[in-house]
Amino acid sequence: MKELWQLTAHEANKGLRSRDFSSVELTNSVLERLNSVEPEMNAFITITEETALVQAKEADKRFAAGTATALTGIPMGIKDLIVTKGTRTTAGSQILSEFVPPYNSHVNEKLEQAGTVMVGKTNLDEFAMGSSTEHSAFGATSNPWDTARIPGGSSGGSAAAVSAGACLGALGSDTGGSIRQPAALCGVVGLDPTYGRVSRFGVIAFGSSLDQVGPIGRDVEDVATILDCIGGHDPRDSTSNPEPMPDLRHYLGREVKGLRIGVPTEYFVEGIEPDVKERVEEALLEFERLGCEIDRTLSLPMTKHALAVYYLIAPSEASSNLARYDGIKYGLRDETSNEIWKTVERTRAKGFGEEVKRRIMLGTYALSAGYYDKYYLKAQQVRTLIIQEFNEAFKQYDLLVTPTTPSVAFPKKQKINDPYAMYLNDIYTLPSAVAGLPALSMPCGIAAGLPVGLQIIGNFGEEGKILQAAHAYEQTTGGGNLLASL
Amino acid sequence: MVTTLDQFETVIGLEVHVQLITNSKMFCSCSADYSGAEPNTHVCPVCLGLPGVLPVINEEAIRLIVAIGLSLNCKVSDFSKFDRKNYLYPDLMKGYQVSQFDLPICENGWQDLEIDEGLFRCGITRVHMEEDTARLLHRKNAGGSYSLVDINRSGVPLVEIVSEPDMRSPEQARAYLISLRQLLRMIGASNANMEEGNFRCDANISLRPFGETELGTKVEIKNMNSFRSVYDALCFEQVRQAKALIEGENIVQETRGWNQEKGITISQRVKEEANDYRYFPEPDLPPLTLSNDFVENIRSEIPELPSAKKQRFVSLGLNEFEAGTLSEDRSRANYFDNLVESLEGKSERAPKLAANWMLGEVARWDNEHVGKELSEFPIKADSLAELIVLTEEGVITNAVAKQVFEKMLSDGLGAKQIVEKDGLAQLGEEAGDELVAIVRSVINDNDKALADYLAGKSSALKFLLGQVMRQTKGRADHALVQSLLEAELEALE
Repeated sequence: MKELWQLTAHEANKGLRSRDFSSVELTNSVLERLNSVEPEMNAFITITEETALVQAKEADKRFAAGTATALTGIPMGIKDLIVTKGTRTTAGSQILSEFVPPYNSHVNEKLEQAGTVMVGKTNLDEFAMGSSTEHSAFGATSNPWDTARIPGGSSGGSAAAVSAGACLGALGSDTGGSIRQPAALCGVVGLDPTYGRVSRFGVIAFGSSLDQVGPIGRDVEDVATILDCIGGHDPRDSTSNPEPMPDLRHYLGREVKGLRIGVPTEYFVEGIEPDVKERVEEALLEFERLGCEIDRTLSLPMTKHALAVYYLIAPSEASSNLARYDGIKYGLRDETSNEIWKTVERTRAKGFGEEVKRRIMLGTYALSAGYYDKYYLKAQQVRTLIIQEFNEAFKQYDLLVTPTTPSVAFPKKQKINDPYAMYLNDIYTLPSAVAGLPALSMPCGIAAGLPVGLQIIGNFGEEGKILQAAHAYEQTTGGGNLLASL
Repeated sequence: MVTTLDQFETVIGLEVHVQLITNSKMFCSCSADYSGAEPNTHVCPVCLGLPGVLPVINEEAIRLIVAIGLSLNCKVSDFSKFDRKNYLYPDLMKGYQVSQFDLPICENGWQDLEIDEGLFRCGITRVHMEEDTARLLHRKNAGGSYSLVDINRSGVPLVEIVSEPDMRSPEQARAYLISLRQLLRMIGASNANMEEGNFRCDANISLRPFGETELGTKVEIKNMNSFRSVYDALCFEQVRQAKALIEGENIVQETRGWNQEKGITISQRVKEEANDYRYFPEPDLPPLTLSNDFVENIRSEIPELPSAKKQRFVSLGLNEFEAGTLSEDRSRANYFDNLVESLEGKSERAPKLAANWMLGEVARWDNEHVGKELSEFPIKADSLAELIVLTEEGVITNAVAKQVFEKMLSDGLGAKQIVEKDGLAQLGEEAGDELVAIVRSVINDNDKALADYLAGKSSALKFLLGQVMRQTKGRADHALVQSLLEAELEALE
């Protein structure tokens, strides 16, 4: 018999509906697991045990009243970039270390309406800037598969917590790979939706034209269920897609025979670990067995420019988005001076970490008079070319399949002082993010004891097709729900 | 030293910031009308710039800026966008202001102006949309000085109107501002009150020798809080620059502040220290596309502009002064139009009569009720028309009309009602016998006046006339009384 914390969200939902156990029992099981692994893992910035138990009791009432949803009573982790009314929201930064928001994010409202249980706010690279969750003012998170290694980032806390059983599902956010890369390195499923699919209202901004909230779960069905809950139009976000959300769960269990899958050659060259490549090749064979048409002749030459485009656009937007943290209105304030500009300067010097400062500098430079045309504008132009290249590809293919990362989880501190090496870790997740396309990462086997991630990229608005393929693959390969050994 | 301004041509361009009258703020649903409100009560996460908030465009503000653009003969773009203007200041909640950089909503317009020398046209470079900042209140206490932030103003819709450097004198600049203010009030876009801060003006001024086509080095003047101070600052700057040029000095490109008390401009910032605002497209807002229908719909709803209104009034037969006074205020012009309409067909002199009343009795009420608009005038236009018609038809005299007017104001009754109730109808031919009796009794009761008259003093006739009018409470037909009096007196001679 499985422990309750080992269940997927949909398994738990079945048990809750048939009264095999209550939400309070489920929540207690998860909290117990969380408290036992957390000292080693550090996946949470804030653990909200009290809130969780109140919400669990409410959830049990909804089951009794017959108003429960697919997510009622499910213990979830929320990335600490996402604003939660009344619960401290730090963005992993010293500058917001005591910030308790007086309002709620759209996505958290949606979860609360569905009756989920929040067990805590998960750790992240400060302001979502990083690929290892080492750049957090609240300490690094460990990979539950091997605590000497990083869990990926920036949604490393969410991925690690889901993988270790410290919650059944989680919200992450993806700007250049921040959901998919940690999902891959922790052996869970993560989906970066189409830009505009999920409201950004109440999501602390990093790169506004790239940021997108998405689900992290133990299997494909859970990810579909969570996105079903949080997605859809929100008038408070002017970039939110006004079209209604398709019913994503409807795509699960469908045949994939005849789906045309493109495999771009640019994702299998230099830097990829042989083991990772092998696992992805095996997955491609599996798709072939399922009746998909695999085409390996596809070339996307713009791929190599995505990194440069991303590292101009995201920091440019970030340099502006982070200007509001000045110590005057809320958050940290350095009190050593009575003079306004000194207060601002010292607050920011003290409140921001190294990586955040680096990106503010980078972005400020790229937007400066005389450099704007050369950097920011050029990057936007190349971004358009990348989008066009994907558009062309999707005339021929339903989906693109690639590795999520070039390597499995790397040891802590290995890349922390080499920003460029760190940035290269996102090389496969950046192109679709820059284009605003939906993309999912799911486990496709183990290499040297660590999970390998498979990335499925879809056309705009086609999360359904991605989930259809991912679910079919998951079903033939053992059904997901890989729990870390921690 | 005598400064001779005659050697130089003055070139002036103005940048005007106008707060719009909208229900809610530019990007959130907070009330935009914060006047008189407690500090920091018209605020929400969006205009506070809390982490994670996003802007949503206020359509009402877009309607108003389009109306302003159309009124200024601008081209309204079907495609424009918002940009972030990045700078740090404690009154700026997000560390950037959402504004428009290279694709403003309105461009390339003009405004025709009337000044003493005649008509001239000032080009409008652009009209763009942005948001206002919070307000800083600087205080002092025993420990030193400190500042308070009132965030009520943060996010209020603000329109920037940039003119071409087409003005050649401080007089023209003042005429431009007056006409702009009139236009903004007329279309209901803004209260446009400089003293209240919802109409702000920065001026760019440079001098060049007459005949020169290149522009001279310009200076930007800030801190002017009335039309008067704009005018004074420009006059001062004109002379300062002329003196410098005559003495062979170079004009420094800089920002200067107007010091009201000293009556001078003071250097604040030279160009090298200018901000780099790092403008880039606001990623939280998609580009703004305006359909032809949207724009044409607004065009059809724009009220007649002051200049057009004045011309129309002149064509109705009013003189320049009358037409000018009646067209400069929207509610006054509306009242006048309603009054003329109510008089239509009842008098051939309707516009002139209406104007006389507007500039007479109605203007008196207006002057006595500062802060009120004529739309709040208690006598409706059709009631006033009734009174005017009674006078025109000779039912009551002009003198009685004024009494009735006062009664209408105080009692709220109609003109006819008052005339009937108080028996104020004019005493004319039909009341001849009655009047003759009054005339005779006045002559009998005033021996001295009679003696004077008989002694040849013509003023005695006026006195006797006045006595008759007094006895009839002004109701008697003046001319009739005079002829009756003369006839009676002649009979006595």
